[in-house]
Amino acid sequence: MDIRLSAEEVAFRDELRAWLGEALPTLGNPPGSDDWAARREWDMGWQRKLYDAGYAGINWPSEFGGRGSTPTEHLIFLEETTRMGAPYVGMNFVAQLHAGPTLILEATAEQQARHLPAMLKGEEVWCQGFSEPNAGSDLASLSTRAIRDGDHYVVTGQKIWTSFGHVADYCELLVRTDPEAPKHRGITWLICPMDLPGIEVRPITTVAGSSEFCEVFFDEVRIPVENRVGDENDGWRVAMVTFSFERGTAFISELLGTMNQLAEMAELARSIPRNGSTAWDDDEIRREIGRLQAEYDALWALTKRVVSQAQRTGMPGPGGSVFKLYYADVKKRMADLAHRMLERNALVLAEDSGDEQTGGDMVASRLYVLSLSIAAGTSEIQRNIIGERILGLPKER
Amino acid sequence: MDFELSDDQVALCDGIRDLCQGRFDIDTVRGLADCDGVDRQLWGELADTGVFSLVVPEEDGGVGLGWAEAGLVFEQLGRALVPGPLVGTLLAAGVVDDSVVGLIERTDGPALVEYPDVLDALLVLDGDGVWRVDAAELSFEAAQSVDPLTPVGRVAKLPQGEQVSEETYGWANRAVYLSSALQVGLATGARELAVAYAQERQQFGKPIGQFQAIKHKCADMYSREEVARASLYYAGCVMDATMGPGLPAEPGDYLYFHGCTIERGDALGDHEHRELVRAVSGARILAAEAADHNGKDCVQVHGGMGFTWEIDAHLYLKRAWALTPCFGSLDRHAERIADMVGADPLAYTSSMG
Repeated sequence: MDIRLSAEEVAFRDELRAWLGEALPTLGNPPGSDDWAARREWDMGWQRKLYDAGYAGINWPSEFGGRGSTPTEHLIFLEETTRMGAPYVGMNFVAQLHAGPTLILEATAEQQARHLPAMLKGEEVWCQGFSEPNAGSDLASLSTRAIRDGDHYVVTGQKIWTSFGHVADYCELLVRTDPEAPKHRGITWLICPMDLPGIEVRPITTVAGSSEFCEVFFDEVRIPVENRVGDENDGWRVAMVTFSFERGTAFISELLGTMNQLAEMAELARSIPRNGSTAWDDDEIRREIGRLQAEYDALWALTKRVVSQAQRTGMPGPGGSVFKLYYADVKKRMADLAHRMLERNALVLAEDSGDEQTGGDMVASRLYVLSLSIAAGTSEIQRNIIGERILGLPKER
Repeated sequence: MDFELSDDQVALCDGIRDLCQGRFDIDTVRGLADCDGVDRQLWGELADTGVFSLVVPEEDGGVGLGWAEAGLVFEQLGRALVPGPLVGTLLAAGVVDDSVVGLIERTDGPALVEYPDVLDALLVLDGDGVWRVDAAELSFEAAQSVDPLTPVGRVAKLPQGEQVSEETYGWANRAVYLSSALQVGLATGARELAVAYAQERQQFGKPIGQFQAIKHKCADMYSREEVARASLYYAGCVMDATMGPGLPAEPGDYLYFHGCTIERGDALGDHEHRELVRAVSGARILAAEAADHNGKDCVQVHGGMGFTWEIDAHLYLKRAWALTPCFGSLDRHAERIADMVGADPLAYTSSMG
């Protein structure tokens, strides 16, 4: 066990810090959350800056245009960019963390040449077409149908929870190609251009009032067979490749951002009047801040263990499910603590500009955190994974 | 950075686990209640294996390993429910010559001392340092312990004793860290017992571990344990970095914590102090709560049998409880961490605040 950075890792970090120090001040202010065109420009512009500086595809192999960094360097990259307030991966999430890595492992040379450079340069937004209204936790029961017609698949059905579906250029799409086969063996993974005739995208308004989620309807959409990744009916295996990525390093920025929020909450507690003193002097509040910090520090340590396992074996360890399960719970407690501190000010949501005086961003966060135990595999599914795959308890089915 | 166990560390864990399985099987451990928690023969075997001299430098006759390794060893001892004043005896190695050594924080009034009838000496920590009290100077009033394997006795007032160290801060942090390691092991042992039972016990024609109500409880036990373990291992690395026994400063020998770089060989400054407090008190809270919750969940998974003396579930829970009041309540540790949150560097000078 060695948490020290090597001389090479320190050099990597220092170089990155120097670059961020120059690049970030040129960015200007981020766009409002509902201005989709501006958000696309902002996210893709940042991706292009990363590309020009040699930081795009940080963990992608160099033969596919990535930097070929080690998992530890990837961790340092996420830590430093978060710490210095760089833009989050945003609508590049699917391209960078799901679709890109999947294409690297499973796609043909032609498919890779067509999409990977564009993903790295910030020229393609991707979305995910996996979940359906009747295929959530039981994803393999998906029923969006693809019927082969010559050199096309004709796709009809509905996808849901498709983040950034209304701005995306491509969709990583799971379709049913063999309804007779057992459910895991009749699925195919397709690259679907989002401008094809027959695709309709409708935004969904979330409990937080945001609209990045979409429903996507497919009405006899003709997708070329050459857009298939992997073999026909082998799409489940191809999709599983991306899930292991999702549970590896996807939450590092989120965790570090949360730690920053906790530090802000501690500051806020010192300024909120309470019983002739401040909220900070309320033992219950102070202790809960201490406990939350202990738990976030532990999750950060757990992340380093998962990353170290990835460095040794090439795949993130099973700690990813533990992380996600535990983190969702702790983050909800932090949001609840914010409400205890804010009292009647907790009635007010922050505007886009962020109203740190009243902690309104923390109120919005209390809504957002509801999704943490649902998205990317519910907490119940994570517990099944831990119980069955790690502890060896018998499967329910 | 490589935060996974090294091959040597894996071998060390395996060796201690084998020792525990061979010499401290559960029947032997239960039997130790009849000799006040410590059998001198078995205790001597632990000492001969190097369990207590792990962090004593090799030139002084010790094993010469670090605090990270000491944590791994204590984790295995906790997992096997090995009783005795393990923490005090390890910390006393190289400082006093006694074989069975307790450790306690000085209080003004009466004090409860663990393993009263087997101690050679008791080390007492206070703001001025560490003091050795010979067992012959102590007279105990009997008290019934919550844990049959952690007997306790009450002394009316702790004698002053003879000073053996002027350092308090380091001792207290090390004691808290080693207790936490035992508790991570307890959390693991309790989880393993519960999972084994969930696989074998049948109700409604199925192993109960097939029901999500039980499966998810087991998953939560594992999660708590893994998060506490990560916290403990991190604390071990921070201990070695900030208070390791004479590690050399080398060019490029960097530490990287929460955004700052420390070159080894620097004096323990504010930043290192903050890291140490956060890491050790954090491990303390998570390990104590993991051991407590896993002990309770282990009882629950066993149903009615979990409430019996015969099933071992209560032994994990009771040991967890016995180890928790150690150099500060969990609330105090939480407050200690809270003082480290936020932007203002805090000068922090007292032992445990």
